[in-house]
Amino acid sequence: MAVAQNSDGQGKGGLGRVFVVALPYLWLVLFFVAPFFIIFKISLSDTAIALPPYTPVFEGFGAIQDFVSQLDIENYIFLTDDPLYVKAYLSSLRIAAISTMLLLLIGYPIALAMARASASIRPTLVMMVILPFWTSFLIRVYAWIGILKPDGLLTLLLQAVGLMGPEDQVQIFRTDTAVFIGIVYSYLPFMVLPLYAALEKMDNTLLEAANDLGCPPLKAFWRITFPLSLPGVIAGSMICFIPITGEFVIPDLLGGADTLMIGKTLWTEFFGNRDWPLASAVAVILLILLVIPIMIFQNQQKKVA
Amino acid sequence: MKSSRFDATVLTLGFAFLYIPIVILIIYSFNASRLVTVWGGFSLHWYQTMWSNQGLMDAAWVTARVGLLSATLGTVLGTMAAMALVRYGRFPGRMLFSGMIYAPLVMPEVITGLSMLLLFVALGVDRGFWTVVVAHTTFTMCYVAIVVQSRLLTFDRSLEEAALDLGCPPVKTFFRITLPLIFPAVIAGWMLAFTLSLDDLVIASFTTGPGATTLPIKIYSQVRLGVTPEINAICTILIGLVTIGVIIASLNTKRAELRRVHDEHMALRTPS
Repeated sequence: MAVAQNSDGQGKGGLGRVFVVALPYLWLVLFFVAPFFIIFKISLSDTAIALPPYTPVFEGFGAIQDFVSQLDIENYIFLTDDPLYVKAYLSSLRIAAISTMLLLLIGYPIALAMARASASIRPTLVMMVILPFWTSFLIRVYAWIGILKPDGLLTLLLQAVGLMGPEDQVQIFRTDTAVFIGIVYSYLPFMVLPLYAALEKMDNTLLEAANDLGCPPLKAFWRITFPLSLPGVIAGSMICFIPITGEFVIPDLLGGADTLMIGKTLWTEFFGNRDWPLASAVAVILLILLVIPIMIFQNQQKKVA
Repeated sequence: MKSSRFDATVLTLGFAFLYIPIVILIIYSFNASRLVTVWGGFSLHWYQTMWSNQGLMDAAWVTARVGLLSATLGTVLGTMAAMALVRYGRFPGRMLFSGMIYAPLVMPEVITGLSMLLLFVALGVDRGFWTVVVAHTTFTMCYVAIVVQSRLLTFDRSLEEAALDLGCPPVKTFFRITLPLIFPAVIAGWMLAFTLSLDDLVIASFTTGPGATTLPIKIYSQVRLGVTPEINAICTILIGLVTIGVIIASLNTKRAELRRVHDEHMALRTPS
């Protein structure tokens, strides 16, 4: 970091430096941070049947008094009064929590096996985990429809092996189970990679020492491997948990009518009912729910970097 | 020995889970039958109907242009952001800056999409092609910044310092020394940005306008009506393009790596 205070060319370098910092900075402030203030503002306005479908809340700096008097929290009252929205939030958090647990249970053995593989094939294994991530998310979710449909490939397979009568059909499509399968499938690389990064760095002599001292492998795992991989566990869990909570595509395509997820609710309020202020209020509450996980994630990332 | 067999089983099952759905999708794109679950023989029929589907082709063209533009813009901005984070130590608002880089990676897309749309409406911008480009640039630049940042952190700064000490202006130093050295990461970042843009349904749905229907929006609206082999065909082509891109990129990285090792070797030999 000392070189950052390089003395030569301070004038020019200083200007260039300001430019390099300022351009991405301003871009993100304008297109990422400012929108959150707007979303908050609009969540406090009334619905109007015009385009854009909300009454303006704030026009010019002279109208601050108007602004305050017009603000109302009716959208928030509506959200907390209607048990459907409360249920949708709770259900999203529940689905995200269960999925994250499932991802950990499935992802951890994979990451561990990758980290224990010989050094020569590890890059190939990492590549193989990343490759599905490069193919479209939508396509990967869509692929599961053909498999899980009642007359889909899973039914055909089970019938062919004789596990199922010719009249029976798999009843998974459009249920929560299908949503879990879709989520685990789509987010698995996001869980495996941070876990692998943590496990791969681990010092194997610790395990050897434990083994020499007569510690059984399972105990050694819980006492040494797992605690040391904890940063990866936290990073992977947050990278999965936060976006899953607001997931829209998977519950929409694989879930049933009774699969409540807040991302879907927000989408319906916006595109279906065209209620922009209510959709904004839904988003604001979702954001508030996710503030703590996001902070944990950022702290974790900063430690890694 | 027992644990290595366990590991092999875990890896086989894990990769089977990851790849079987994609393989099935590709196989069924060559199915002659309209029924997705009945195999009616090999056929390229769905590729033909896909090709003559004007709406689908228009959407593909829009998506390609959005992807190229936003990936390029995102790579420039993301590389600058990575330089700012790694090289410029402390500057006012650094905390907020790194927060703004990490948050979009995990932010639920419905929130990003909706807030972006409300910004465009507040600014009085007509929604369409360019609003999608701006939205995609915003989230892809963060991925690029992370990829380039990790390269900048592990790279040998002595060459850069030598150039600066010899009086090379910082901008020239960046283009002659730093950029060539981090180039594989910049390319990887660009490709990641491009595929993310190609892939995005939610943010594009919020920020798009008339005449700027992207491929995922088109695919999504067709998927809602039911699975058709035509979609399998277009998905297969997309998977093929991405796979080829990834293979070319990894070969390139490998070649660059070999050349670097070779150059270093030569550099060590010549002066003596």
